Amino acid sequence: MNAYLVSIATFASLNVILALGLNLISGFCGQISLGHAAFYGIGAYGAAMAAVAGVPFPLALLIGTLAAALAGVITGIASLRVREDFLAIVTMGVGFLFLGIVRKAPWFGAEMGISKIPAAPFDKTGLAAFAMFSAVALIALSLHVRRSWMGESFRAVADDEDAARTIGIDVAYYKLVAFLIGTAAAGFAGGLYAYLTQLVVPDAFGFVQSVTILAMVVIGGIGSTWGVVAGAIVLTLMPELFRFINDYKLLVYGALLLAVMRFSPAGMAGLVQRMFARRV
Amino acid sequence: MLQVRDIAIAFGGVQAVRGVSFEVGTGELVGLIGPNGAGKTTVLRMLAGVLRPDRGGISFDGRDITRAAIHRRARAGIGLTHQIVRPFRSMTLVENVMIAAASGSTASPWQALFHVQRKAARDKAMGLLDRLGIAEAADRPAHVLPLGFLKRMQVARALAFDPKLLLLDEPLAGLSYTEAARLADLIVALNREGRTIVLVEHNIGEVTRVVGRLLVLDNGAVLAGGAPREVMARDDVRAAYLGKMSRQNE
Repeated sequence: MNAYLVSIATFASLNVILALGLNLISGFCGQISLGHAAFYGIGAYGAAMAAVAGVPFPLALLIGTLAAALAGVITGIASLRVREDFLAIVTMGVGFLFLGIVRKAPWFGAEMGISKIPAAPFDKTGLAAFAMFSAVALIALSLHVRRSWMGESFRAVADDEDAARTIGIDVAYYKLVAFLIGTAAAGFAGGLYAYLTQLVVPDAFGFVQSVTILAMVVIGGIGSTWGVVAGAIVLTLMPELFRFINDYKLLVYGALLLAVMRFSPAGMAGLVQRMFARRV
Repeated sequence: MLQVRDIAIAFGGVQAVRGVSFEVGTGELVGLIGPNGAGKTTVLRMLAGVLRPDRGGISFDGRDITRAAIHRRARAGIGLTHQIVRPFRSMTLVENVMIAAASGSTASPWQALFHVQRKAARDKAMGLLDRLGIAEAADRPAHVLPLGFLKRMQVARALAFDPKLLLLDEPLAGLSYTEAARLADLIVALNREGRTIVLVEHNIGEVTRVVGRLLVLDNGAVLAGGAPREVMARDDVRAAYLGKMSRQNE
């Protein structure tokens, strides 16, 4: 396979992991997050710094994942008392806070980021295969969560927190677990990103990246695992297939988000469902 | 089973409940009545943990639960139905009840992750919907159903996790005359099966018909308590409650 296709397959897998992580927090558990890229970044910086310090690949990846999950749980705790638009603002704030810290702190490489990250123990094709395998594993986990009583409880929390409490659901605990799993997935993707590019700079994890991940979730169909997977793949491929989109990425994503909200709030998954419903 | 000691709460300087004390014994069916603004719903919400009293204490089954979180009280055996219906909007009617019926699997997220079986919860939920007379709408989305269905769904949902004490906040409001009478009969039947029930209700006719004991609140304090007929015959109760109602009707 040529290097270009390998690279696209890897990025598509990373985006699937990121989008499914956010879907768990926002789609399943109803907690809107506009700062998902920060956890992607924390994973990338965590793994990169560990790798540069000589930590082997699996352990560095684990460090990135755990660092992001820890930050996710802390964000979750700080967000327990806020909902909806306030939560969106808090999570957006976390994103800016992360950027502010890594941009200014010399031990994070400031604007230059972290370079000379050692290569993964396998070549680019191997890394792509590993990323794809991880994405598939997360798809399986996501489908399982949805089927389990954890998924149903998330749904209850997303629908009405107070009503969920009165039937014995520990709303705070469920929210924290949603943040934990979702941000751990982002951290894992970040670790893979660090090994893939061997260079991490703050700009890769900014607000635009957070909105891009959210766009994948919303355009795919918030709450639907397969919809979100499709959304992540389509939005990864689109700028590659139509070069001009790359220059107007935000404009196109914004227009798509508006169109989805207006014509199919359940995203691509909703469209497909409606098509099948009509045929029956 | 339930001891309430001198609970009080104020909202922004307005004293909504000012030192209410009462006890509910195992197997009792107690009606909590009073004019609008008397503090009935506020008392019920303090019992369920939705509101925390500024002072006083609440014990349930010998344990102090004054500061316990809502979900802990639910797990300890207190079920609540809301005055304004609160369905899980993305779920069907039966799913609304199933999630409560599966409470044994949802105590912690990790435990819930390893439980996927739905049949037992569905069977139990269907049984309850059938008992409430709304089984025909089981698979319809909850948010499209009329108030009468949702009111009864809330009772089924509260029953689904087998609470020892059931707190019903105006379950009959918004129901037709026949629906209300049927639900009131069901409340009596549930009580006869051994369930302890506290019922807040505006429908005085149905309340006095079904409850064993009445507690009248007025202006945030207990005005009277005792057998329904005796309580309703008291002049102060008539003046506070019925007097205000008849004045409203004029």
